[in-house]
Amino acid sequence: MGPQIFRKTSELFLPAASCPRYKDLMPHDLARAALTGLLHRTSVPKEVTDYIIFGTVIQEVKTSNVAREAALGAGFSDKTPAHTVTMACISANQAMTTGVGLIASGQCDVVVAGGVELMSDVPIRHSRKMRKLMLDLNKAKSVGQRLSLISKFRLNFLAPELPAVAEFSTSETMGHSADRLAAAFAVSRLEQDEYALRSHSLAKKAQDEGLLSDVVPFKVPGKDTVTKDNGIRPSSLEQMAKLKPAFIRPYGTVTAANSSFLTDGASAMLIMAEEKALAMGYKPKAYLRDFIYVSQDPKDQLLLGPTYATPKVLEKAGLTMNDIDAFEFHEAFSGQILANFKAMDSDWFAQNYMGRKTKVGLPPLEKFNNWGGSLSLGHPFGATGCRLVMAAANRLRKEGGQYGLVAACAAGGQGHAMIVEAYPK
Amino acid sequence: MVACRAIGILGRFSAFRILRSRGYICRNFTESSALLTRTHINYGVKGDVAIIRINSPNSKVNTLSKELHSEFVEVMNEIWASDQIRSAVLISSKPGCFIAGADINMLAACKTPQEVTQISQEAQRTLEKLEKSTKPVVAAISGSCLGGGLEVGVPAAFDMMLTGRNIRADRAKKMGLVDQLVEPLGPGLKPPEERTIEYLEEVAITFAKGLADKKISPKRDKGLVETFYFTELTAYAMTIPFVRQQVYKKVEEKVRKQTKGLYPAPLKIIDVVKTGIEQGSDAGYLSESQKFGELAMTKESKALMGLYHGQVLCKKNKFGAPQKDVKHLAILGAGLMGAGIAQVSVDKGLKTILKDATLTGLGRGQQQVFKGLNDKVKKKALTSFERDSIFSNLTGQLDYQGFEKADMVIEAVFEDLSLKHRVLKEVEAVIPDHCVFASNTSALPISEIAAVSKRPEKVIGMHYFSPVDKMQLLEIITTEKTSKDTSASAVAVGLKQGKVIIVVKDGPGFYTTRCLAPMMSEVIRILQEGVDPKKLDSLTTSFGFPVGAATLVDEVGVDVAKHVAEDLGKAFGERFGGGNPELLTQMVSKGFLGRKSGKGFYIYQEGVKSKNLNSDMDNILASLKIPPKSEVSSDEDIQFRLVTRFVNEAVMCLQEGILATPAEGDIGAVFGLGFPPCLGGPFRFVDLYGAQKLVDRLKKYEAAYGKQFTPCQLLADHANSPNKKFYQ
Repeated sequence: MGPQIFRKTSELFLPAASCPRYKDLMPHDLARAALTGLLHRTSVPKEVTDYIIFGTVIQEVKTSNVAREAALGAGFSDKTPAHTVTMACISANQAMTTGVGLIASGQCDVVVAGGVELMSDVPIRHSRKMRKLMLDLNKAKSVGQRLSLISKFRLNFLAPELPAVAEFSTSETMGHSADRLAAAFAVSRLEQDEYALRSHSLAKKAQDEGLLSDVVPFKVPGKDTVTKDNGIRPSSLEQMAKLKPAFIRPYGTVTAANSSFLTDGASAMLIMAEEKALAMGYKPKAYLRDFIYVSQDPKDQLLLGPTYATPKVLEKAGLTMNDIDAFEFHEAFSGQILANFKAMDSDWFAQNYMGRKTKVGLPPLEKFNNWGGSLSLGHPFGATGCRLVMAAANRLRKEGGQYGLVAACAAGGQGHAMIVEAYPK
Repeated sequence: MVACRAIGILGRFSAFRILRSRGYICRNFTESSALLTRTHINYGVKGDVAIIRINSPNSKVNTLSKELHSEFVEVMNEIWASDQIRSAVLISSKPGCFIAGADINMLAACKTPQEVTQISQEAQRTLEKLEKSTKPVVAAISGSCLGGGLEVGVPAAFDMMLTGRNIRADRAKKMGLVDQLVEPLGPGLKPPEERTIEYLEEVAITFAKGLADKKISPKRDKGLVETFYFTELTAYAMTIPFVRQQVYKKVEEKVRKQTKGLYPAPLKIIDVVKTGIEQGSDAGYLSESQKFGELAMTKESKALMGLYHGQVLCKKNKFGAPQKDVKHLAILGAGLMGAGIAQVSVDKGLKTILKDATLTGLGRGQQQVFKGLNDKVKKKALTSFERDSIFSNLTGQLDYQGFEKADMVIEAVFEDLSLKHRVLKEVEAVIPDHCVFASNTSALPISEIAAVSKRPEKVIGMHYFSPVDKMQLLEIITTEKTSKDTSASAVAVGLKQGKVIIVVKDGPGFYTTRCLAPMMSEVIRILQEGVDPKKLDSLTTSFGFPVGAATLVDEVGVDVAKHVAEDLGKAFGERFGGGNPELLTQMVSKGFLGRKSGKGFYIYQEGVKSKNLNSDMDNILASLKIPPKSEVSSDEDIQFRLVTRFVNEAVMCLQEGILATPAEGDIGAVFGLGFPPCLGGPFRFVDLYGAQKLVDRLKKYEAAYGKQFTPCQLLADHANSPNKKFYQ
């Protein structure tokens, strides 16, 4: 075994969907706030930090290494290197595990890992034709050349290109794939609405009880301070049933109410080698015990990452489902969570697609996403990973368990799982 | 390719019929496109929805048969009588097939037009039953739904669904043929195909309920495709008789131009539609079934059905499975042929090395493969991502690296025996023992190429046709020494590449080139006799050849034609004479190599579609002019001089054992050389036209020109005993 890795505490802030309050910000503003929040809560000396890693999905081209811009802005030493990783919805997970790797290989002792996503502003580009014309104009030497280039201009060049939440390899949007996945596993609309309602209700309860202690308030320049996640909206099944399908019309089952919503947010987490933390006088919160990445067919199994990753990470860590006290799965869609449940509960699926003799087994619902999930708390793509790990660690603390299991799916047909172990009190 | 084209034309007209006929659907030729045996229909009730399941026993596909018709009528009657049932879903229990159409064998078994008419009328009654249904019926279609199958779906469905990952399903929806698309599902708790059908049924049931409860309105209250194609104004115009007459006339002209009057079906279809619109649908239905009966009995119908059966035969590997699957392929020479072979290999998932001697040559070949794939992207048959992932199966290189892993090497270097010998030796030094060496040559005997091989049992000929990605035929040539397993490998690779395969014995020109050569010699003689290339082209195309004879020389390449003429001339002597090969020699010396050099009989310019005659040819032709013989120079004689030489040589190939079966001869001639599909190939043509009449013609030409027209023994035998047929 390599050095024991533990993460101390994380600061998260993710107030909600296409929140107008964030629309004038840039991603590094949110990331910077997460970093200053972390510094404040942990009172870790900036100069002790060896490395900073952030995950992000939709990149702002001006700050393509958003980790570095945020770190500089947050007052970290300019001698502390920082890099940005991307792995769709598990980008923050990748940031954390990259940090674990740096510590395990002896490169670093103290790493800050996090993630950021600003969906309120996404890079909308000129069309390829327009870009080409503009670049050629730049290079044109004479007036004649310029005029002849301009004469090629057509009005349709002005049609902009928007980033889509669609697989590049299949051109299918994720919601469409989720709807097909739900249909493949015969997950009904009612089941999906019920699960979404559960997520919102539990999130509301957790928020009301003050359990979402990882959130730090954020003062938006010139506007209010955002103090809590604002996407939590417990509704009724009747209300939810009225919604039209969002992707496969008119007979699909995935709707706005049973999908995670576009969210702004950032997260950060302090990861240290155990000896280093103890030597510095810190009281560790949890171990990042083990992790795994998986990938499969991006067309028909796009969102089944948790099903594949869960048994693998358990086997790797020498644990079974029964050893897990807190499950924290990323909820991209109700249909995706329920399809994963059905896949994990199916011998047929395990035998035909996973090369296993028996099914993975179902996580007990009473231990599953007890404080809400991405459906209700929101899903800022690049930042969600840290929130999942933090929720698992905080739940273990609060509820008194030993092991937590984090799992998530991601675009590209990839998936991730991690075992979190509570630090002995 | 050609047969497909014929069906394609018909397909287009089936769309037209629907288009011009309000509420009337003609169901003529489309029914002939699939096969069937027995059928079975049952139904169950879920709530107030009846689920009618079609499942022909002991068959992979559902087909329209007498049993199906009668059972269907019974089932529909029960459904209408039931108070419980308010709507119905029509679905197939077979994944990937709704109804494939009517059975070719059933039609072929009919002896008289009346029998076929009766079958057609039964089908009409079934469909009428559906059209007049008082309860909404939703057809849930997954997979192939051809001909009659489509008709069951279309009129039945107030709303109708179709699954399919392909664009055709997409397009069907756009055309208004279907109302909803259900995308195929991936793995779940059952095999994906099974669950997809189940899901389709679930969705169809919600639609059927919705229709019965009037929550969903049947959108297609207007003519089926009308809303899509027609504006209100043109729809109005069609109600004016004068305008209608003009439309009929235009359409007929267009059909005549496209089919050159050689395919009777499209014109009859127009007739039927006319009857339907002018005299009402009852008269239309009657006329339809009668015309269908007549059509089924025509020579053209027999010829096309024969080709269909031949094609099925040539899609099988008669040598069985090879011992080792070919996974790594290497191609030598990145020219037109080499790159073409590479293209049809990589898109089937074969790891392919494309080797050339120069970077320029290689780059050209790689670009050809890329362009071929990219054109599919433009047509939306591939996504750009699929294109890239297919293209990465191709490795372009100048050396023999990686050949140690090759399971098969196909050489497509220049047609020069010493060059072929050199590459064969080079390759044999680097390939593993099991690796097959295939030569893509159009005329060099394989045994001569194999003469320098250390392992002649692994040497075989694979003769592709240009352009490789469009031409379906592959002619495989085996020598005395070629092992069975080598043949099995070559056929397996060809089938994987999507080819229709004939396997022939080795000999100069094999089968295809050998048939073409005497015809080409005759082409030269006819040109020397003063027939101009345009006239010759029109004579050949009006006989049914897809490409005119002079144009064909330009397309093949004058240098290639010269090469072949010389080689085969040497091998077969006077019988292959006729035209003066000097014509080709002069053309080559002037650089008139055909399309590839921009000039041949015609002038080819980038972007210019209409072809103009190459006036520089006038001098050459004038210098070689010979006087025509008036007794054999009528238009018809010119056509028959070409065709009889072709057919005579083909029959001789069978006589000499180059060909194993007449069916392969017909497939080779139609798919590789463009022999008129409406004639069914040289052997079918002998059967249908009559061996005696052909021999008479040959003798007439023999009297004028001599040996080149002497009927071969086998043809003479057939003429002497009228009961002898190539197809019994």
